[in-house]
Amino acid sequence: MAAQAGPVPATRRAVADGGRPPFTRGSVLAVTFLFVCTIYFLLPAWWLVVSSTKGPSTLYSSEGFWFSHFDLLSNLTGLFQYDGGVYVRWLLNTVLYAGVGAVCATLLAGAAGFALAKYKFRGRELVFSFILGGVLVPGTALALPLYLLMSKVNLTNTYWSVLLPSVVSPFGVYLARVYATSSVPDELLEAARVDGAGEGRIFATVVLRVMSPALVTMFLFQFVAIWNNFFLPLVMLSNTNLYPVTLGLYSWNNQYGQAPQLVSYVVLGSLISVVPLVVAFLSLQRFWRSGLTAGSVKT
Amino acid sequence: MAVSNDQLAVVAPGRGREVLTGGAPRRRRRLPPHVKFLAPFGVLFTLFFPLPIGYAVYESFLKVHSSGLGLTPGSTSTVFAGFSNYSQVFADSSFINGLGRVLLFGVVQIPVMLVFATVLALLLDSVVVRFKRFFRLAFFLPYGIPGVIAAILWSFLYLPGLSPIVSALHGVGFGSVSFLGSRSVLWSIANIVTWEWTGYNMLIIYAGLQAIPADLFEAGRIDGASEWKLATRIKIPMVSGALVLTGIFSIIGTLQLFSEPEVLRSITTNVSTTYTPNVMAYTQAFTDDNPYYAAAIAVVLAVGTFILSFGFLKIVQRRGAAS
Repeated sequence: MAAQAGPVPATRRAVADGGRPPFTRGSVLAVTFLFVCTIYFLLPAWWLVVSSTKGPSTLYSSEGFWFSHFDLLSNLTGLFQYDGGVYVRWLLNTVLYAGVGAVCATLLAGAAGFALAKYKFRGRELVFSFILGGVLVPGTALALPLYLLMSKVNLTNTYWSVLLPSVVSPFGVYLARVYATSSVPDELLEAARVDGAGEGRIFATVVLRVMSPALVTMFLFQFVAIWNNFFLPLVMLSNTNLYPVTLGLYSWNNQYGQAPQLVSYVVLGSLISVVPLVVAFLSLQRFWRSGLTAGSVKT
Repeated sequence: MAVSNDQLAVVAPGRGREVLTGGAPRRRRRLPPHVKFLAPFGVLFTLFFPLPIGYAVYESFLKVHSSGLGLTPGSTSTVFAGFSNYSQVFADSSFINGLGRVLLFGVVQIPVMLVFATVLALLLDSVVVRFKRFFRLAFFLPYGIPGVIAAILWSFLYLPGLSPIVSALHGVGFGSVSFLGSRSVLWSIANIVTWEWTGYNMLIIYAGLQAIPADLFEAGRIDGASEWKLATRIKIPMVSGALVLTGIFSIIGTLQLFSEPEVLRSITTNVSTTYTPNVMAYTQAFTDDNPYYAAAIAVVLAVGTFILSFGFLKIVQRRGAAS
C-alpha cells in the first residue's frame, strides 16, 4: 500500500514554496489568471456579505455588489425573532446533527478501520470491499427506502431519523484503515498487550492517540457530508422545529410570497450559518490535504 | 499490509477458550477483538446501506391495485407487479428526458470542471506562482458552503431585478441575458456545481502533486524542460489516480443532481418536477404518493450510477495498461 497519509515531505514543500519566483511573462500571466479565478470564486460570497446589510427593499433597488442603506441590525433582530426564534433552533439542530453525528461516525469508523488493518481474520478483504462499495451508493437512492423503513418503526420526523444514518461513514473506514496500516506499529500493540492491557483499553488509550490526525480528517469529511446532506432531512422531517439550518432556509426561500422580508433573513441567515464552517474549514486545511492525499495516491 | 504471526497467536487462544466455555450458559461469550471493533459499525452499516437497498428493490416489484373505481376506502391493495414498474420507468418519456439531461450535463460539466481544477492545481504547484496560500484558500472556500445555500445564493445572482450580474451585462450592452431560460438554466445549474466543487477537486489533485517526489522532475528541470512539459509528461500521469477518483465522485454526484434544480424550481418554471431523475423520484414518492414507482426509479438510478462509475474505472484502467 503506497498511500501516504502523513504531511507532505518538507523537502518538497521547500522547493515549491520557498524562494521568490522570478518575474517572467509566464508567471505574470499565471498570477493574473489566478486572480480572475479568485474573483469568480469569491464574488458570490462578497455579494452575500454586502446584501446581508440591506433591507428587503434596498436589496432589489441598490447596486448589488456595493453597500447601500445599512440595515444589518434590523435584519439581525428580525432574523432571530422571526417565528419565535426558530433560526437559533435550526443552528443548534445543525450542530447536533453534524457535530454529534460526525463524532460518533469517526469513532465507529476508526474502530472498524483499525480492526480491518491490524487483525487478520477470514473474510477480511471481503468485508472491506463490501464496506467500500458503500462509498459508491448514491445517498439519495438510500433516502427514499430509508424513509419507508423508518416510518415502519415510527422514527420518521424525529432527531434519530437524521442522526442515525449520519453516523455511518464507509469512506471514514477506508481512511482509518489506510492510516492505521501505515502508522500504528505492531510493536506498540504488542508492548501494550505484554503490559496486560485488554484490546479495548489499548484502542482507547493508545490507538486513538496515534490515529488522531486521521481521526480529525475523518471528522471533517463526515461533518461536511452531514451538513451538506439536504435530501435526507428533507425526506425525513416535517416538523420545522427539527430542521437543520439548510432545510430551514430552503423552506423560507419558498415563502417570499407570504412574507417578503424573508428575503433579507435568508441572505443573512445563509451568511451566519456558513461563517463558522468556512473559518473552521480554512484553518484546518492541512488535515484536508493529508486526508485527500491518502485518498488520491494510487494504492 | 503485513500482520505478524504474534497477532494471530493472540487471537487464537481467545477462540480456543470460547469453545471450552461455550456450554456454560451464564458466562458471556467472548468475541474475538476484531469482531468487537467491527460490530458497532457493521450493524449500523447493514441497517443503513444494504437493508434500504434491498427494501427499495423489494418495493420496486410492488404496485397498488385498485379494484372498482378506487373511490371508496379499502378498495385498494398492494400486489406483486413483476417488472411492470421497470418497464414503465423505461417507457416514461419524462424519466428518459431527465436522464438525458443529467447525462448531457455530465458530459459537459465534468470535463470542464476537472480540466479547470487540474489547471489550477498545476499552477499552484508550479514554481512560477506567488500568493499560493491565498489562492488555495480562495478556491477552496465555496466547498465550505452547503449545496442548498450555494444554490440559494446563486439563484439571487440569476434572478432578473435582483441580480447585479444581469444588470451589469445589460449595462455593457448584452441586452437582457436570461440565466433561467428553458435552455440556459441547465448551464446555470452547471455553473453552481462547478463553483462549488472545483476547489475541492483541485485540492485532491494538488495533494497528489505535492506527494510526487521532487527529484523526479528536478532532473527534468535541470535538463531545461519547460514547466508545460513537466506538467504534461510527469505531473499529470503521476496524479492519474487522483483524477480517476475525482471523475468517479463527479459521476456519482451528477446522477444524483437534486438540490440545485430543486432550489431553482422556486424561481423559474423552466425547472419541472421531472427535471432530473432524482427530482422525479422525490416528486413521485412525496407529491404523487407513488412510493413503488419512486423505488423503481431509485433502483434504476443506483444501478446506472454503478455501471457508469465502474465502467469509467474499467476504461481508464485498460487505457492505463495499454499505454
